[in-house]
Amino acid sequence: MSAPAPSVELVARFGVSPARRRKDRVARGAILAATILALVPLVLIVYYLLSKGLGAWSSSFFTTDPTGNTFFKSSSIGGIKSAIFGTIEMVALASAIAVPVGVGVAVWLVEYGRNSWFAHAVRFFVDVLTGVPSIVFGLFIYIVLVVGTGSSFAGYKGSLALSLLILPVVIRSAEVILLLVPSGLRESALALGAPRWKVIASIVLPTALPGMVTGVLLAVARAAGETAPLLFTAAATKKTSYDLNGFMNSLPVQIYSDVTSPTTSVVNRAWGAALTLVTLILLLNLIARLISRRSRLA
Amino acid sequence: MEAATVPGGDRALLARSPLARLPDRVLKYGLSVLAALILALIVFFFIRLVGEARPAFAKAGVLGFTFDNNWTPSAERFGALPLVLGTLITSALALLIGVPVAVAAAVYVSELCPPRVRGPLTILVELLAAVPSVVYGLWGIFFLAPKLQGAEQWVADRLSFVPFIGGGLVTIPNYFITGLVLAIMILPIVSAISREVMTTVPLDQKEAALGLGATRWEMIRIAVFPYCRSGIVGGAMLGLGRAIGETIAVTILIGDAPKLGSHLFGQGYSLAAVVANEFGEAQGVHRSALFAAGLVLFVLTLLVNGVARALVVRSSRSTGQPAPRGSRGGSALVADTAVGA
Repeated sequence: MSAPAPSVELVARFGVSPARRRKDRVARGAILAATILALVPLVLIVYYLLSKGLGAWSSSFFTTDPTGNTFFKSSSIGGIKSAIFGTIEMVALASAIAVPVGVGVAVWLVEYGRNSWFAHAVRFFVDVLTGVPSIVFGLFIYIVLVVGTGSSFAGYKGSLALSLLILPVVIRSAEVILLLVPSGLRESALALGAPRWKVIASIVLPTALPGMVTGVLLAVARAAGETAPLLFTAAATKKTSYDLNGFMNSLPVQIYSDVTSPTTSVVNRAWGAALTLVTLILLLNLIARLISRRSRLA
Repeated sequence: MEAATVPGGDRALLARSPLARLPDRVLKYGLSVLAALILALIVFFFIRLVGEARPAFAKAGVLGFTFDNNWTPSAERFGALPLVLGTLITSALALLIGVPVAVAAAVYVSELCPPRVRGPLTILVELLAAVPSVVYGLWGIFFLAPKLQGAEQWVADRLSFVPFIGGGLVTIPNYFITGLVLAIMILPIVSAISREVMTTVPLDQKEAALGLGATRWEMIRIAVFPYCRSGIVGGAMLGLGRAIGETIAVTILIGDAPKLGSHLFGQGYSLAAVVANEFGEAQGVHRSALFAAGLVLFVLTLLVNGVARALVVRSSRSTGQPAPRGSRGGSALVADTAVGA
């Protein structure tokens, strides 16, 4: 028992005209096509990274330093050990500097500054920092720590440039998460007589922790891929170094210097290093996403 | 009742001793000082940068430096016009190519796609933001540029009557390739912000349009786009800020030729690329000129980002929604974090 079919006239009066329907189809098709187009570069990049990068990977690739040879067989060119260690050391120090400061400022913004003019000024300047090109951070650190002290490049100077890059992102993301902590939690603790610092240390921060870790990991992942701030702060060296006061190699800088080489095997090392770097960054991203899924806020 | 009121004499018993109040004071003022230090740091950096750039500005004047079309370090001529134009041309190309694709992807994810693919699709677009700048440069110069050279030459030959676009010989590193790769790099942030703004469109407005008989596309055009216009423009401006400040990928892809390219498929230079490329061996006035280039770049990104933030905030404020900067806990933040230079 189906309802009587609408008459042809009714359909003509209230239905969507063929021209409009065609336009709708075309527009939706174009939108879908553009969306697919947006995914094409991702596929191509991943494919080329894997096909070129995996070919360069070998056990000696990760356990030897680059030698500086460019004219001989690929075995004499060396691997990227110093670059991997340099990146890990510098990024670790940068996070150790930026995370406490960033979380501190975010706590101040949410718990003390709130809507005061000073808090607005701080937010504005943090936004300014977010937009500063990373090479300008490199210049800043160069002016203050290389020209200013009359000394040379050093790993810790690279770390400081990276920490300037991490800082605004940590402040912003931590602020967003801290704002999500229910004010009822704070008020209950205060009503029970807990002093403010204790409320922050044992109620607010633990509640916000997973969300803040996510923000921090994403910021760190971004910093790990940066080349520009390291060019004139940490420079490049071939040897593996554990001394943050000396020159330090890093994956992005190693890739950058290898890209310009005319030798195929050196360019292949760049692909291998690029695959290593992207794997590292994706791991951090993955961990960040897993943690954010476990967070009860947001 | 009695427990709630404290007789005046006993109030002192409940109050904390000055010593117990000390940690609170320390925390409050300590954190305030930390926040103030950030302000001081930026101001200090800016002053030092201006100071280092002064010799170059003193030589040619600020306008002379920015708008003179002659960058010849060996002759101590520092006119940054080829660099400024190189930055503007490549960023404009990036917007032209990247924004329509990014907005379309945002529309598809928020309005058209089946709910099940929404999450994975969002993550995939945002993965583009996880690729470091130097890897984009590597991929662009060894894969994209050689593959597209033939097509570019074809276009250049067909359009040889159009000034600036056609006619010349296509080189592997050029303005167009740089703009194309920049477009890919700004795609995630523009898309994430557009999507975020589109979620603020009230459901009843969309339903009203559909209820009046609009097709899906008509609904998007009359209900979604007008509502999100300033937010999308703001997102595009943030993308522009990124494109302007992008350094390493541009240095690899633009060719680093210290003069204004004669056409779209020729080599050029940009503000960020000149600093990355020449700073290592620069001395004296040359070095100061590079600081000046960095300063021009800094001011340019400040202007663009300032306008962008204002637009995004206004877009959300006019809707009565919380400002996106507050609600940006989600995906836009992810993209914001991951796109780098």
